Amino acid sequence: MSLPTRHFDALIIGAGGAGLNAALQLASAELRVAVVSKVFPTRSHTVAAQGGVNAALANMMPDSWHWHMFDTVKGSDYLGDQDAIEFMCREAIPTVYELEHAGVPFSRLDNGKIYQRPFGGQSQNFGGDQAARTCAAADRTGHAILHTLYQQNIRARTHFFDEFFAIDLVRDAEGVICGALVLEIETGEPLLIESKATLLATGGCGQVFRTTSNAHINTGDGTAMALRAGIPLMDMEFFQFHPTGIAGKGMLITEGTRGEGGYLINKDGERFMERYAPRAKDLASRDVVSRAIVTEVKEGRGCGEHGDYVMLKLDHLGEAVISKRLPGIRESSKIFAGCDPVIEPIPVFPTAHYAMGGIPTDRFGRVAMPAGHGSEEVVAGLYAAGECACASVHGANRLGGNSLLDILVFGRLAGKDIIDFVRENPYQRTADSASLDWAMARLSRWDQKGQGIPVQELRAEFRKCMEDHAGVFRTEAIMSEGVEKLREIRARLPEARLTDHSKVFNTARIEALELENMVDVGFSIAVSALHRQESRGAHSRPDHPERDDQSWLKHSLYYQDGDRMDYKPVRTKPLTVESFPPKERVY
Amino acid sequence: MRISVYRFNPDTDTKPRMQDYEVKTFQGMMLRDALLEVKKQDESFSFRHSCGEGVCGSDGVNANGTNVLACITPISELKTPIQVRPLPGRPVIRDLVVDMTQFYEQYRAVKPYLVRKDPLPEQEIPQSPADRDKLDGLYECILCGCCSTACPSFWWNPDKFHGPAALLQSWRFLADSRDQATEERLDALEGPYKLFRCHSIMNCVEVCPKGLNPTRAIGHIKELMLDKGL
Repeated sequence: MSLPTRHFDALIIGAGGAGLNAALQLASAELRVAVVSKVFPTRSHTVAAQGGVNAALANMMPDSWHWHMFDTVKGSDYLGDQDAIEFMCREAIPTVYELEHAGVPFSRLDNGKIYQRPFGGQSQNFGGDQAARTCAAADRTGHAILHTLYQQNIRARTHFFDEFFAIDLVRDAEGVICGALVLEIETGEPLLIESKATLLATGGCGQVFRTTSNAHINTGDGTAMALRAGIPLMDMEFFQFHPTGIAGKGMLITEGTRGEGGYLINKDGERFMERYAPRAKDLASRDVVSRAIVTEVKEGRGCGEHGDYVMLKLDHLGEAVISKRLPGIRESSKIFAGCDPVIEPIPVFPTAHYAMGGIPTDRFGRVAMPAGHGSEEVVAGLYAAGECACASVHGANRLGGNSLLDILVFGRLAGKDIIDFVRENPYQRTADSASLDWAMARLSRWDQKGQGIPVQELRAEFRKCMEDHAGVFRTEAIMSEGVEKLREIRARLPEARLTDHSKVFNTARIEALELENMVDVGFSIAVSALHRQESRGAHSRPDHPERDDQSWLKHSLYYQDGDRMDYKPVRTKPLTVESFPPKERVY
Repeated sequence: MRISVYRFNPDTDTKPRMQDYEVKTFQGMMLRDALLEVKKQDESFSFRHSCGEGVCGSDGVNANGTNVLACITPISELKTPIQVRPLPGRPVIRDLVVDMTQFYEQYRAVKPYLVRKDPLPEQEIPQSPADRDKLDGLYECILCGCCSTACPSFWWNPDKFHGPAALLQSWRFLADSRDQATEERLDALEGPYKLFRCHSIMNCVEVCPKGLNPTRAIGHIKELMLDKGL
């Protein structure tokens, strides 16, 4: 088959914070780098991050990366790999300074330093008083960072393929991954991009749930591409439900609202977090706060006609603080909840927000697979960074402010490691025709005409199923039923048909390809969740309410082939410091 | 509710047409919800959208003659039947999807990135809160294109006039106390087109979904040029 083909030193799929920070390292080192993104880069979902990025700059009060590390390990419910966490917390500090130098308009203190706000799960001195570690640009930090990174990539002359959709990874005759088949959305024509190294930086998959803070584009494309390439996904059962989405709609209200002093109340006006987390209260970890809200509603203390949400109170902060520190939230509340938080509280309920799990990598962003006998092997030339990856820094629950940090640190490191890899592997590999045919088949399958299930219908059914069966509280019965329903949906997927077979900017076709990705990823979440018989972090099982370190202090690995599960140990040994042994997790 | 949508598919159509759809409304419905409802009825209808909360800037469209961001425009504010067309002045790729290449080229042309010539400090480059405040109303731009595609000067000279969105970003860097390329930036804006095609019509201010004011930013650039010229 003869396809138009382009050649690059590095191919980056995804143009959010991770992809762009990697691209910036590569382009600045004069490598030929291609960034493929299904949307114009500044539309990537990093743009929606609000609260900020964690780094122990100590601008507000004493702080240290070691305290940040402790909080992250505890927040992860001890499932995070402590070497990767130490690395991220140390790197946080130079990473934020580098961003500032690149132009990010951080909010400032009177002394000219970067403003930092308190966020959930942060402490001084290993579990002591509340820390203020989240570097913020008002409540638009993700926007500020994403635009800055794109701007610096313009300066560095990165090659962008805007509005190109990645179909699948391709391999050479030896089976080594050597690029990807992509689809130019505007023309509907396929293009082969061959590269010496490939980075998956495709972000999250929150669209698998019906109610989510995630954008329409967050369909787990890279995650599913890895699965189809035979790579297992790690810790997919751990999906974060952000405590404060706008009730019934899911748009995010940043944790920064509580960091600035806002708090949650139930229908009796009670500040109920005092009962669930006496010390940290509203700034407990996200899993804790989300469970508390769902419990309040279940026990009949929810607000509104149907008692199905709680209220986030901010009016006591005053208009000056809200306008200065939370202007975006004020705007969103007015538009989507019809309320001005300066005057009245915002109706909120947990919303599907963030995948802690993903493509397993080491701390240099290299995709790592079990190689039998407990050892691991790096997949040559394949990298992953950002939400689609799992370096395992978030374990079972991510702390607010650590996701921007994750994408920036590991995006940057992946970029640096690719530079070395390309120096050592300077020759281009050629995609094998069998591999290409396989990828092309994924595309041509949607050219089938005739009667079939509409994609939208199956998509709606799938998302409802995920919401009903893999939500905040999960029992054996609920999850088994969910997996069965998913099996049925997966079996019907080949019967889905498009009615629109046109080429130019056919968004129906893109959504069909996205649905396939979502079903693949949804399966990994549901199956991994069903198998883990304990409660840890975001994975909460009323039928197994305790954390079970004896049996379950280990990472899950889901393989698509036969929906098989495997496990691997948590790396509890940090790089230079003493390890933090598992303790009871109270806030 | 009736909604009338601009349709054009170059694969099958020789000329564009308006097509009517009947959609069910609900409390708090946004224009994007209505377009999604149209898409549900007719999957051949294409438009760009993503975050659904007014930060990604994908879904700029023209509704009843005004450029808006569909996801934060309540249908209750629009007279029915709502007429939805692509952003004006740009080549149509398909339906509501327009070719924004020139818009992005103009953005790139203003060198929209911080230029620092001094050696970088080990920590942050200090900036006072007052200096940081000067960036408010500038950095929040989401590049949706509502402003530039509402600007008659940009319609006539999209290849030569930077347009309001790009000029807003030009000022965002000129106004940044950390930037050290003022002279180069101003020099690059000279000539009759790039900056000076702005005739203060202020359509940009009228339509900006984020409430930003490109005309004022352009005014500041002109003032700074005068100051430097004297």
